[in-house]
Amino acid sequence: MHFLRKIGFYLVALWAAVTLNFFIPRALPGSPVDAVLAKLALRGPVDPSTREAIEVMLGADDDTSLFEEYFAYLAGLFRGDLGISVTYFPTPVSQVVGQSLPWTLVLVGLATTITFVIGMVLGTVAGWKRGTWLDSLIPATTILQAVPYFWLALLFIYVLSVNMGLFPIAGGYDYTLVRPALDYPFLSNAVYYGFLPALTIVLSSLGGWLLGMRNMMVSTLSEDYILTAEAKGLSPRRVMIMYAARNAMLPSVSGFAISLGFVVSGSIVVETVFSYPGVGYTMLQAVQNNDYSLMQGLFLIITVSVLAANLVVDLLYGVIDPRTRARS
Amino acid sequence: MTQSPQTVTPVSPGSESRPRRPGRLRAALRRIATPSLLIGVGLVVLTSLFGIIGPFFVADPLAISSGGMQPPSAEHWLGTTQTGQDVVAQLAWATRGSLTVGLIVATLALLLSAFFGVLGGYLGGWVDELFSLFTNVVLILPGLPLMIVIGSYVEQRGLLLISLILAITSWAAAARVLRSQTLSIRNRDYVQAARVAGEKPHRIISVEILPNLLPVMSSGFVFALITAILGEAGLSFIGLGVYGTQTWGSMLFYAQNAQALTLGGWWWFVPPGAMIALLGCGLSLINFSIDGIINPRLRTAPKAARNLRKAEQAADERSSRPDDGSSDRRSTSSKEAVA
Repeated sequence: MHFLRKIGFYLVALWAAVTLNFFIPRALPGSPVDAVLAKLALRGPVDPSTREAIEVMLGADDDTSLFEEYFAYLAGLFRGDLGISVTYFPTPVSQVVGQSLPWTLVLVGLATTITFVIGMVLGTVAGWKRGTWLDSLIPATTILQAVPYFWLALLFIYVLSVNMGLFPIAGGYDYTLVRPALDYPFLSNAVYYGFLPALTIVLSSLGGWLLGMRNMMVSTLSEDYILTAEAKGLSPRRVMIMYAARNAMLPSVSGFAISLGFVVSGSIVVETVFSYPGVGYTMLQAVQNNDYSLMQGLFLIITVSVLAANLVVDLLYGVIDPRTRARS
Repeated sequence: MTQSPQTVTPVSPGSESRPRRPGRLRAALRRIATPSLLIGVGLVVLTSLFGIIGPFFVADPLAISSGGMQPPSAEHWLGTTQTGQDVVAQLAWATRGSLTVGLIVATLALLLSAFFGVLGGYLGGWVDELFSLFTNVVLILPGLPLMIVIGSYVEQRGLLLISLILAITSWAAAARVLRSQTLSIRNRDYVQAARVAGEKPHRIISVEILPNLLPVMSSGFVFALITAILGEAGLSFIGLGVYGTQTWGSMLFYAQNAQALTLGGWWWFVPPGAMIALLGCGLSLINFSIDGIINPRLRTAPKAARNLRKAEQAADERSSRPDDGSSDRRSTSSKEAVA
């Protein structure tokens, strides 16, 4: 029952995202067709047949009713047909997305996981040793949390890349040196290029995890079962990890899922700063080129990956917290 | 958990007599007015003053002059931009713009979260099911991509429209917190009593429930303010912000586009981000203090642990002379935070 409810929720969320994606361009003022035509007109004269072709391509021809369009759109989605990109004409949107997605998944996935682990460990220690100098970590992390992601990235580029020349200024890898492949030269080059973006994400989101975990630890440590565990004479390490940290982590684990969405969103701006060839940078390219089908395809892919990540964490949650299993 | 700090204050004998009340109030104030709260309020007030008063005293932020990309000097305190505009003047107007957007968004987000959270939590039943489903769906949809998609379709991006987009994507988390708080308050005795006494639902919500949600809501408002200002900065930074209004994000956008990084123009892109960081830091410190009021354990537990350690040290020093005593020290360290 619990399981079915979860699946049902994610289906509703997916449907909401898909439907939003369909109605946003139709409900808002301004026409994508005009925008694309204006862009084409910069390159040369546009004849009426071009307009018709673009209308058909963007689904803006008025021959079909809204309902028919909606179902045609849904059917297209099931076939994996997201339309054709204008920016990378005539590459299909799904292919453009497929090229940019791995970059973001690896960069953001790794950076977020590293942040989460560091935050949990530091938070556990800070909560365990509450009332010591470690309490002064709180204001420090608060400041880090308030710093905008992309500004931190700008500072890193200015100090470490422009002035000291330690890291590359932009890009995902050096395409004059290596080609994308699963070998050492390419991977090491990609790690070198991805270091600053990852550092930015880790530093700007670490504070939240640390603080949240520390506060939960402080609350958990005053529970009776901690007292019992200590009275039994268990080693402090065991009490800290198996009794306190394990329970204090629960809100953070469910927060981890929600934050994945936030980090994917936040990475759009970070990717823009570093011109990193991921989903975010591609999305910005789409916006600048009025490439609506690419933009919507990307929005859909981002949403689906966020939903999938949440679903996985939700299912894992039952493993970590036996109470959710017992309830159902 | 939501007790106000005054009720936690140990009542000294005889405090019920009238003349003693100001003293209790002062004690309560001293307990709330921690250094972190004072620093936070100070930062926020300074930033706001700069945004409110600053624009009246600076030159025209858009006036172009021949001296472009000049480092800070007596004439231009923070140097000039690529086209010779004064950075201080731009910063003052940008502060005003960002604060305006932030306040509008935070207010809208607060109203939305209160509507869906409190009403859903209080009414229960299918309304609650529907509201929390809606809240959870909004919460899970990635905000910034959605803002980008909406923002890119609209050609005239006005202040209100951008604020609305930001508000729509940022109210859900607060609504969830408010709902769970409402659920716990709804079943308390005094609310039940009011219901039995035949009070109207809107009166129960506004008189019995909302006052108790005030700390949570103010913390939510402060958090919404941070999120809104950061969100607006991000949106403006990628060129999708409010059209024709200067904000911190738009300053960074122009700085980045004018190659301020590679040209070494730190005086152009450092100040706007630093302002965001300072304001955000101030707001977080305020929020941190509110958390301390809502959840007294966060305040008392570290202090209790510190006191205990001091006592242990004192005991150690005393017991170290007669030698041995470390064995029963273990047992005293057992529990402190029950305090």
